[in-house]
Amino acid sequence: MGWFKRSPWILHYNATSCNGCDIEVIVSLTPLYDLERFGIINTGNPKHADILAVTGSVNEKSRQVLINLYEQMPNPKVIVAVGLCAISGCVFQDCYNVMGGVDKVLPVDVYVPGCAARPESIIDGVLKACEILEEKYSQQKKIQSRLAKI
Amino acid sequence: MNTIQEMFQVWSMLERMLAFVLLAPLLGGLIAGIDRRVSARFQGRYGPPVLQPFYDVLKLFRKERIIVNRFQNFTMVLFLIFTIFSGALFFAGADLLLTIFSLALAGTFFVLGGFCVGSPYSHLGAEREIIQQVAYEPMVILMAVGMYQVTGSFKVSVIAQYQSPLILYLPGVFAGFLYILTIKFRKSPFDLSMSHHAHQEIVRGMTTEFSGPTLALIEIAHWYENVMLLGMVYLFFAFNPWLGIGIALLTYLFEIFIDMNYARFKWQLTFGSSWLFTAVAGVSNIIVLGLMKI
Repeated sequence: MGWFKRSPWILHYNATSCNGCDIEVIVSLTPLYDLERFGIINTGNPKHADILAVTGSVNEKSRQVLINLYEQMPNPKVIVAVGLCAISGCVFQDCYNVMGGVDKVLPVDVYVPGCAARPESIIDGVLKACEILEEKYSQQKKIQSRLAKI
Repeated sequence: MNTIQEMFQVWSMLERMLAFVLLAPLLGGLIAGIDRRVSARFQGRYGPPVLQPFYDVLKLFRKERIIVNRFQNFTMVLFLIFTIFSGALFFAGADLLLTIFSLALAGTFFVLGGFCVGSPYSHLGAEREIIQQVAYEPMVILMAVGMYQVTGSFKVSVIAQYQSPLILYLPGVFAGFLYILTIKFRKSPFDLSMSHHAHQEIVRGMTTEFSGPTLALIEIAHWYENVMLLGMVYLFFAFNPWLGIGIALLTYLFEIFIDMNYARFKWQLTFGSSWLFTAVAGVSNIIVLGLMKI
């Protein structure tokens, strides 16, 4: 059974976002959209999280924080880039301190477009991420069984 | 006599212990699921499926095992074992004091687990957990003392078969127990050390460094603990088993209601208020009971 699909816990990190996407991420937890009906919980602890939702473009300061957070999460884990800034850097991509989207630093699995991303599309992206999470777990198991044979 | 008590008497001590070990996590998980659903409804949300806590635990068992040091999981396994031990003693009808003390020992291992990792968030959570334990422990012991004063025995099996309603002798003790039950259930005004659902608490309080399977063990231990605490509520109404079970469930609903309506207290207020309430409700009840018996 797909247990990852049924209880993905989200860690949200703001890498220099303008707060627009952050507010939309929080909005999807409110009674109107209620992410918890899918078993999704917004945790503040990377060690409990399955999905890392990143908003905003990555710059020199937030790069190391992002990598730290990602490495503290136990496998399997998925990254969701929420909003245009997290995808490509958007209007900030030519700034001298901006590195660009999240995928310049970490392997992004799901891109959620929009400026700011709508709560509906964020929920859709997170549910896509759940399927990838499930896939990653089955791949991980395959690799482990192969390693065990060797 | 009622069917529940008859059923209970037919079973031997070992059978009762086994029944607790096997059934309590199912019941506790279901209660936790209903808790999340009802909490969501209180907030005007739809809420997760009732079986959500089981999904969470099964998922956590499949996550990667990340540990900071070798002792961290050891203490949590001991926490689970002693929680199960005290619950099994309780449902086997053994000594109430022994039950309470082994539960306190389980709590001590939990605190040790919080202290043995390096994270300052976990240390802060563990310190708060100690304060919480100091806050609730007197009332739990007073409950046992009160029950002894009325029934003349510390044995749970004797207390459960006491024919007149315990609640009429111990209304103050019950009120005090209800107050500290909020701490034990880790519900909102008192969820200082670690909290439930999506509540945020200095990263994650005590459980900051515990992930994957260990976190699942903590969750299961919490289910066992909850079932046992509801069993203690049942003891006050044991003269009528159906009423007892009904009141135990109502108590849990009441705790959810409190959880939804209060913001978190500071530790000073948590500590002060629970000792004050213990003194006013618990101690005075026991003094009055002592005077009446003379």
